[in-house]
Amino acid sequence: MSTDSCTDNPNAGNREATKLGPNGKPVRAFVMPSRLTGKLKVWRFIIYRRLVQISTLLLFFGTAHWGWAIADEPILMGNLSSSTLLGFIPLADPFAVLQIFLTQHMLSTEVIIGAGIVLLVYGFLGGRVWCSWVCPINMVSDLAAWLRRKLLIKDCFIVSRHVRYTVLVLSLILSAITGIAAFEWVSPISMFHRELIFGIGMGWMAIIGVFIFDLFVLRDGWCGHLCPLGAFYGLLGKVAPLRILFDSPTCTHCSECVRVCPEPKVLNFKKAKEAKMITSGDCTNCGRCITVCPENTLSFGLRMQANRNQKSSHQSESNK
Amino acid sequence: MAKKSSRREFLIRSVQSVALAATGGLVWSYLLRQQAHAAPHAIRPPGAHEEADFNAKCIKCGQCVRDCPYDTLKLAPAGDTVAIGTPYFIPREVPCYMCEDIPCVKACPTGALDPSLVKIEDSQMGLAVIDIENCLSWLGLRCEICHRVCPVQNKAITLEHHPRKISKHAMFVPLVHSDHCTGCGVCEKACPTEEAAIRVVQPELVQGKVGEHYRLGWKVDTPITQEYIPQQRKNEQDTPATGLDYLNQGDI
Repeated sequence: MSTDSCTDNPNAGNREATKLGPNGKPVRAFVMPSRLTGKLKVWRFIIYRRLVQISTLLLFFGTAHWGWAIADEPILMGNLSSSTLLGFIPLADPFAVLQIFLTQHMLSTEVIIGAGIVLLVYGFLGGRVWCSWVCPINMVSDLAAWLRRKLLIKDCFIVSRHVRYTVLVLSLILSAITGIAAFEWVSPISMFHRELIFGIGMGWMAIIGVFIFDLFVLRDGWCGHLCPLGAFYGLLGKVAPLRILFDSPTCTHCSECVRVCPEPKVLNFKKAKEAKMITSGDCTNCGRCITVCPENTLSFGLRMQANRNQKSSHQSESNK
Repeated sequence: MAKKSSRREFLIRSVQSVALAATGGLVWSYLLRQQAHAAPHAIRPPGAHEEADFNAKCIKCGQCVRDCPYDTLKLAPAGDTVAIGTPYFIPREVPCYMCEDIPCVKACPTGALDPSLVKIEDSQMGLAVIDIENCLSWLGLRCEICHRVCPVQNKAITLEHHPRKISKHAMFVPLVHSDHCTGCGVCEKACPTEEAAIRVVQPELVQGKVGEHYRLGWKVDTPITQEYIPQQRKNEQDTPATGLDYLNQGDI
């Protein structure tokens, strides 16, 4: 999945073996292991992510249709907009709750607590963990992105990735003006998810729409440019303790990570070197970069670890 | 000069982005309004607020649907005639059987289904309306099924006795009383005609309003005098009741 991404860069094949990175070490390209175990290791985060995504869907579906329960309490009742875990833990989409709040309607405490719990969880794991680990649309957009790399499809036009923040603000303003939760009424995510669980309607057209748009029009068009939910969680992701750590001395600037990243702008080497981690909230913590890095520069870790490394490296520099 | 033109460029670019956002916003809000007004006729679960408030508060999670023991409720999929993702039911398919513990209301996390509804008899999901041209009882047959199945027995639907000519038996016709009918739709489900002759609809689609200036002398307990002021006008004493105005303006 990741090797063919090199085709994005026409010079990838011509890279000279003797070329040196900023750390003085030769730049090596990512090579997909030939053995299955090696391949599985490279694909591990994709496998984990699919497992989480599909089992989340299954939990909702199984509870709804097959009566899955633990100690007579339904496991996960509802859908991704709002649900009840084990019959008493409320969960709610904080962005949807915010929109309803802006329609000037009193909210029940249950849904506020639910939104709070979800905010806390994503506040720790990184807001956009939602995007790459839970959101069912991710499977659609990942498939489109993979096909696009295979078929060498170029973008129709360039759109700023900041557009999603405009969509985010718009959806909040429109919720206040129209008196209904603006994004919830058009969201392909909720549509897809709801119809997977509660019966199929025309929601699949929204999915085809996202797929075609991502495949032919714009790379990561929906998730990376338009989706206000991703933008919302991106704001949360700025403060999250779980981060991709960046061990700058080993980095040769081979840019393999940038090529596979669905949000390439978050891999800003200069910033990453300073902070010892990826600082942008737009990072979805999907882990693609970790597995393609030939130098093992990147890894999952906590913000405090990065801060500690930063301090110790400063000290070692001052000791010199 | 260069600075000036870049400032100009910046201004134009800002105006362009604002215009783009505004256009998008207009189209978006148009779609939203279209959707929100899609189905004033939808029959909602018990305790549902008035349509606009319900549309705003419902988070479309479907927990009411899942907790309904009779599979009455469904979530509107995209492209349905009912606003997307909101719960509703079609009484002719599966009516509401009026559970005493109202599990759907308990399941609602946002309060779109009003948690203050504790007695299911107080709910008003809709109002049963009889098409007297096609009602078997009104046609002169003995049917009265709706009367017998009605869970709000002998209150929501009563049987009126209509005597007929000699050699024909009397008619027993059902009548619906809006202050007791919950709109559960059990009658609509049970109606034996090919298309239900009794149907649940949203009350505002069929219900009129008399207006307080009409006073039924034989019902009002206060004596009828010229000093009478309807309840709603007690605060604004100077203005006469609107219903009377046009009679005095020479238009008629």
